[in-house]
Amino acid sequence: MSELLALLPGYLTAHLQLTLLALLLSIGVSVPLGIAATRLVWLEQPSLALAGVIQTVPSLALLAVMVPVLAALDLQSIGFLPAIVGLTLYGVLPVLRNTVIGIRGVDPALTEAARGVGMTPRQQLLMVELPLAMPVVVGGVRTATVWVVGIATLSTPVGATSLGNYIFSGLQTRNYASVIVGCIAAAGLAMLLDGLVRAIEVGLARRRRGRLVAALAAVVLLYGYAGATLAAPLLGDRERPIVIGTKSFTEQYVLGAVITGWIEHETSRPTSLLQSLGSLVAFDALDAGEIDVYVDYTGTLWANEMGRGDVRAGRAETLRGVREFLEVDHGMTLAATLGFENTYALAVRAADAERLDLRTIGDLVPHAPRLAIGADVEFFARPEWPAVRDTYGLDFREQRAMDASLMYQAAATNEVDVISAYTTDGRIAAYDLRVLEDDRGAIPPYDAILLAGARLAREAPDVLDALARLGGAIDADRMRALNLRVDERGEDPGTVGASLVRELAGRAPAAHRNAPPTRPGAP
Amino acid sequence: MTAADRPVMIEAEGLTRRYGDAVVVDHLSLRVRAGELVVLLGGSGSGKTTTLKMINRLIEPTAGLVSLDGVDTADLPPHELRRRIGYVFQRIGLFPHMTVGENVAVTPVLLGWAPERIAARVDELLALVELDPEMRERHPQELSGGQQQRVGVARALASEPRVMLLDEPFGALDPVTRERLQQSFLRIRAALDLTTVFVTHDMTEALTLADRIGVMHDGRLLQVGTPSDLLTRPADRYVRRLMDTPRRQAAVIDALAGAATAEAGA
Ligand SMILES: Nc1ncnc2c1ncn2[C@@H]1O[C@H](COP(=O)(O)OP(=O)(O)O)[C@@H](O)[C@H]1O
Ligand SMILES: [Mg+2]
Repeated sequence: MSELLALLPGYLTAHLQLTLLALLLSIGVSVPLGIAATRLVWLEQPSLALAGVIQTVPSLALLAVMVPVLAALDLQSIGFLPAIVGLTLYGVLPVLRNTVIGIRGVDPALTEAARGVGMTPRQQLLMVELPLAMPVVVGGVRTATVWVVGIATLSTPVGATSLGNYIFSGLQTRNYASVIVGCIAAAGLAMLLDGLVRAIEVGLARRRRGRLVAALAAVVLLYGYAGATLAAPLLGDRERPIVIGTKSFTEQYVLGAVITGWIEHETSRPTSLLQSLGSLVAFDALDAGEIDVYVDYTGTLWANEMGRGDVRAGRAETLRGVREFLEVDHGMTLAATLGFENTYALAVRAADAERLDLRTIGDLVPHAPRLAIGADVEFFARPEWPAVRDTYGLDFREQRAMDASLMYQAAATNEVDVISAYTTDGRIAAYDLRVLEDDRGAIPPYDAILLAGARLAREAPDVLDALARLGGAIDADRMRALNLRVDERGEDPGTVGASLVRELAGRAPAAHRNAPPTRPGAP
Repeated sequence: MTAADRPVMIEAEGLTRRYGDAVVVDHLSLRVRAGELVVLLGGSGSGKTTTLKMINRLIEPTAGLVSLDGVDTADLPPHELRRRIGYVFQRIGLFPHMTVGENVAVTPVLLGWAPERIAARVDELLALVELDPEMRERHPQELSGGQQQRVGVARALASEPRVMLLDEPFGALDPVTRERLQQSFLRIRAALDLTTVFVTHDMTEALTLADRIGVMHDGRLLQVGTPSDLLTRPADRYVRRLMDTPRRQAAVIDALAGAATAEAGA
């Protein structure tokens, strides 16, 4: 728990930065647009319709879509910017709609009176229409505030730290305390900000000077804090750290900690960790230079990035193809193969395996019509699925897609009978499942490889060398054991990764300690 | 000096307003001399409000022109014109988010008067329309209909206009309050020497207030004259019928009163 709370200041600050800036931008866009829409008749329908369409896009997708959109515009596509753009778009509708409704709702007798006493159109807007529309506009701001605080938790997969880091990593590593801390912190922040906006509203409407001033002061302080913490890294021109990315599952969190610890140990360069990236975001992030290193799997790159549908290529051929693709097409470096495969495998409950005498995927065939298969959301859309299905002639009673973090649980509780497990996943042992052998080689190879971006080759060859020394350092049993410590024993992935670094460092002395001392006269 | 010697303050010439094919005000010409109070009298939909709003350009005329103190109003920016003309609305139209004091002060604020001058003016106006000075801090919703319309009149007078336009200002008030406000207004307009166009559909109100009455029907100004002119020399059938209404009402009242005395005497 104290480990979790130690993360709170960082996550909360990042969440506050995202939320406050996105809200400011939403209001800055929507209020003028709303005013314009009430002045220019042709603008009203299109602007409200567009904002409405944006709102119907699922929030996770809206944020994810920003990644390729910003990349196409040659802007920062991973991290703060896509999150801010997505959140701002999300906040626009409630404020825009309420601005239009609020201004339209002003009694025409009052706008005529405003003209009658000699106001110019501008004075009429500022002195009569906006003040009278204010309660409705503020209502829209409150809605936007609560939405944006909530949706900001979805910034994590696009590479922006937020309270969502608690939730995403907690769900993946079965650390429900982490999920709950994330949810409570986000809900608390939403209530706090909503309360502040409400206090401003009441202060304005009832002319409570004191309350208004106090609430405004709190808002200014919050903005000042968010602004200062945002600007701080820009001002100090410290060396840019080596950024290690991870996808959002246990093994990736552990490996992230391993790589971070290893680079620090071997090179003493500063590092930073960008966790829980969306599966496809990670590659784009490396390509765009937003991260410098991450771990991916040959089969994944083969199918997703290279668009190869032929899943029957051999292990060596796949690795060769992937290396060429990375180095020639993208200027990346394949720094090392870690020494294990994390491939898709069909797994069943151990009890069923005993009872039905299941050892290979082929053994499933006669039972399949009575069984339900569950898989992560991606699996059924990947080329592996038809390859396995057609190679063995499998015909399941039902197929259900679900989040990977829930899949093992679903098998253990008889919701489904077969799952598309990952071979190194500690949860296979944790939930007492058996992996079925792919004796006909239908599933392609998934060697874990270290990908390094162009910047490392240019600016930090020592890091590339250090990464290369991780080649073959982790075999499948070791990886499974590490994952199990997180998934079964509830250890922190960072702690688990650090323990491996200590082990590896003890085995091979660190390179830089052998280097000659740089300071003359040093002993 | 008699009214007829004074200069023309408001002059409308061939004033016309159309909405599509409907001619709502049809070639209306009218001269109002300085200090004069002209009542526009007519049934609902006869074009009174439209005429009044064309004078301060709340509605732009389709054709014709209005001049104010010899200046064509089309040559002035509309908001400047309106700051020089007091306008009292049929639906009052006080701003609910402002106090009574702020409502009254609104046009002087727009004109950029100094705060002390505005404060003094608000006090003066509240006294003029016979409102308690402590009403200043109240919001319009907290006032009675009669009090609200007094504030409406004070707001219209705030920038010391020489011309006032009033659109059925007392129409929604009970008869006793209405009469009290009519008397207040007569006193104010005499004290300030206001040139006034006052719209009403109420014959008695017209006879009580008017120096001259203009009778409107179907967008046309049928006849303009003093109350006695209209009573003695109606120009057409509509005007005659209109002028007969108070007589018929008086006859009814007389009859009722007579019956009552007869009963009392029996
Ligand atoms: N904006 C408008 N569009 C169309 N017709 C209108 C409009 N405003 C007023 N009218 C019509 O013009 C006529 C005169 O209206 P108005 O000047 O308000 O009459 P009054 O004040 O004498 O009751 C009415 O028949 C009314 O329906
Ligand atoms: Mg009217």
